[in-house]
Amino acid sequence: MSDLNKSSLSEIINLIKSKKISSLEVTNHFINNIKKSKKLNSFITTCFDQSIKNAKEFDSKKNFSGLLPGIPLGIKDLFCTKNIKTTAGSKILENFIPTYESTVTQNLWSEGAILLGKLNCDEFAMGSSNETSYFGNTINPIGKDLVPGGSSGGSASALAANLTPATVGTDTGGSIRQPASFTGTVGLKPTYGLCSRWGIVAFASSLDQAGPMTKNVQDCALLLEAMSGYDQKDSTSINKKKESYSKNLNKNIKGLKIGIPKEYRIENMPNEIDDLWKKGIDILKKSGVKIVDVSLPHTKYALPTYYIVAPAEASSNLARYDGVKYGYRSKKGNNLIEMYENTRGEGFGDEVKRRVLIGTYVLSSGYYDAYYLKAQKVRKLIKNDFDHCFKNVDAILTPSTPSSAFKIAEKTNDPISMYLNDIFTVPVNLAGIPAISIPAGQDKKGYPLGLQLISNTLDEQKILNIAFAMEKNISFKQSLDRWWE
Amino acid sequence: MEKDKFDYYIKTEKSSWEVVIGLEVHAQVISNSKLFSGSSTKFGSEPNSQVSLVDSAFPGMLPVINQFCIEQAVKTGLGLNAKINLFSVFDRKNYFYADLPAGYQISQYKNPIVGEGEVTLDMPYGSKKIGIERLHLEQDAGKSIHDLSPDHTFVDLNRSGVALMEIVSKPDLRSPSEVNSYVKKLRTIMRYLGTCDGNMQEGSLRADVNVSVRKKGEKKFGTRCEIKNVNSIKFMEMAIDSEAKRQIELLESGKSIEQETRLFDTKNNETRSMRSKEEAHDYRYFPDPDLLPLEIKQSFIDSIKKKLPELPDEKKDRFIKKFKLTPYEANVLVSEVDISKYFEDVIKNSDIKLAKNWIIVELFAVLNKKNLNISKSPVSPKNLASLINTISSGEISGKIAKKVFEIMVETGDEPKKIIKEKGLKQQSDPKELEKIIVKVLEKNLDKVSEYKSGKVKLFGFFVGEVMKATSGKGNPKLVNDILKEKLK
Repeated sequence: MSDLNKSSLSEIINLIKSKKISSLEVTNHFINNIKKSKKLNSFITTCFDQSIKNAKEFDSKKNFSGLLPGIPLGIKDLFCTKNIKTTAGSKILENFIPTYESTVTQNLWSEGAILLGKLNCDEFAMGSSNETSYFGNTINPIGKDLVPGGSSGGSASALAANLTPATVGTDTGGSIRQPASFTGTVGLKPTYGLCSRWGIVAFASSLDQAGPMTKNVQDCALLLEAMSGYDQKDSTSINKKKESYSKNLNKNIKGLKIGIPKEYRIENMPNEIDDLWKKGIDILKKSGVKIVDVSLPHTKYALPTYYIVAPAEASSNLARYDGVKYGYRSKKGNNLIEMYENTRGEGFGDEVKRRVLIGTYVLSSGYYDAYYLKAQKVRKLIKNDFDHCFKNVDAILTPSTPSSAFKIAEKTNDPISMYLNDIFTVPVNLAGIPAISIPAGQDKKGYPLGLQLISNTLDEQKILNIAFAMEKNISFKQSLDRWWE
Repeated sequence: MEKDKFDYYIKTEKSSWEVVIGLEVHAQVISNSKLFSGSSTKFGSEPNSQVSLVDSAFPGMLPVINQFCIEQAVKTGLGLNAKINLFSVFDRKNYFYADLPAGYQISQYKNPIVGEGEVTLDMPYGSKKIGIERLHLEQDAGKSIHDLSPDHTFVDLNRSGVALMEIVSKPDLRSPSEVNSYVKKLRTIMRYLGTCDGNMQEGSLRADVNVSVRKKGEKKFGTRCEIKNVNSIKFMEMAIDSEAKRQIELLESGKSIEQETRLFDTKNNETRSMRSKEEAHDYRYFPDPDLLPLEIKQSFIDSIKKKLPELPDEKKDRFIKKFKLTPYEANVLVSEVDISKYFEDVIKNSDIKLAKNWIIVELFAVLNKKNLNISKSPVSPKNLASLINTISSGEISGKIAKKVFEIMVETGDEPKKIIKEKGLKQQSDPKELEKIIVKVLEKNLDKVSEYKSGKVKLFGFFVGEVMKATSGKGNPKLVNDILKEKLK
């Protein structure tokens, strides 16, 4: 059975399709792995009885179609799952059980997948290290004292530790790509609107986007295909035909033009990151790609812009957690206002409070024009930078993060340095375009490092193809001794 | 007709004050489902029985625009002769309250769906145009119920998410009666269009009233106060009057007006401060990122325009031109679609002049007395037309017709049946009438000779006597003719 730990999602699918293994066997394998993984704290909730029941049900079917036949999956706890607790990593939703299923997870179940449980994440997806979760921080399987990144830290940790064959996360400012980079896995943030936001606990509505997290590019293409699609329940969903990303995967990228943005060469960036970037460029050149220097002049404003737009939307999105209708309600308080104050004071963690405060401030009358409105204008300029670039190049190559995984508690008291971790990922969210992070090497400590490929709106196939080609030539290897078991 | 002059100035010992009023009318859109969810909007249902996950703001729920509500807003905008904006934006208005589940109301702030327009009022001193500043769509909140328990507040979310149109007027209104006329006019237009039922008891039409005062002749506006959520026209008039007087008293005693939000206390007929400008909410409006800007096509507007019914002003003009009504009569008859329909049904087969008078005078008196809508009139248009025809044909006189009408009101019977049963048919047999006339003249020989010697005014006296003798049933024309002949 240990073979399964080395198997990719696509390989497991083939094993099930060819009836070499049953869904129940696969499901039990991952359940056993999860049971031995308490030290990682990747899961908030598991639903093994239901998983086994569903696996048996799948196995009893004579015929099956679907992209994910009998595949058990852990899901970030930001996706509402019917009758399964959905916490968003927060005390305020500690006991919240939705009566509905998010569109993205429903798409996965419709393709034959089975839920294993809900994966830890930063509270309301606000964080870059999974340390803001009310349910405790998740550990990076790469090292006992390392964060897995965030906010999809539980997802990345579980994937790297083989607690799930693939998973989905959400990415508002880098929450898929940064943890993928920190754990040596593949993560893709799709074009805004490609995956429905319906049923995903909202953080910043204009930036939130669900995406696949997998062990390789092939799996990534497949999972993206399964989870994406138009949804009329989400007004920002893009109405277009579903693509066959996995079928169309093509590693012949000869003749493509790829841009290297000089603004991403930031001060104090570790040499290892620069070396990794150069390595990526060399690999691309060898694949017959033309490398072009490009400029994204407003890059330096991306982070401050993001930290106005995202908290502003969050401050409004999180107003519904008031103790009136569902979720946590404080027992203290003599009137409605006091009940609100105590509920939200006790129910939200520090990082959420910090962002709600920032967001409330930037939307306040007298500050709106100087902050929110200006940020929206800058956002447009950032988008224009990319639009301009993509007139000349097919994709852009950058490092995924300015460092490898950092130590637990290393940045918890320094929010700015924590926020700086998203410097390469945030511009993509602001522009609403897709980007993928693929493992590309290790630093001196042996921690994985990722490279990011960015493309124009709805050009997912292009970056998947480039990533596919690079993956073959990088031959990234990661073997973990399963120290946590 | 001599026109009255506008004279609503509040006169004190010191000066004469003009009252300036602007209205924000909240009109509930007629629509089966809510503005952003599929829940029903039916009034008076079991509490919390018409609430979707979107209306109650569950995590991850998203709003989707109800296209029918957009159509209704565009229709109303066209009815207000307003500019329809091809581009509009839904914003979030953020504030905490127990009956506002999301912690924000989706509304339109900087870019409303409808821009400037106007409505025309018919005042005793002539017609007056009132400017419309804008019309925007927004969600209604739920309802907090405080009086069911001493220590609990209950929340009913049935209304949460129902579509409202907020119609903002320019500060063009100058008196309670103009406000009365304006609200009624808006209501008439929306009822014609079928976009709001205007039912104030059920809260489907309510208004925030902005009031300020300035000395007569002054050009600058005074500081205004907003009276929130007034839900009847009578209360609006009372609130304006009392608020204007309060402001004048303050100003005349050397104090100034604080811009603030006030509530109207209907029991004591006074406004009370609700919150000052300092305490005013900062709603932190920003475009709702869950909704794309609303872009509509000119062709969409044009197709709605084509389907618009005849509106009260057009109908009024047509009535005046086609049926030779006075503006007053036309106004009365177009004030509600049902009235105009009733009128047009009656005149299909009867005399217009008689019909309009019978409706405006006799029928309205009855409806008022019985507190009935014209749609519930005990006298059907068909029966009224037939009554009018019996008058026109000389079958009965106008006087007898009133008696017949009274019976029609009580029984709902056809006039012919009543006339027959009660023997009210006009005396139209010339021979019979001649006999009666001869008798009358014989009784009054002195008057006859006076008449013949030139006192022609006595003719009326003879007519009266003949009518008496026929118990009012003598055919007036025949009576006239025969009398003239006999008195030659």
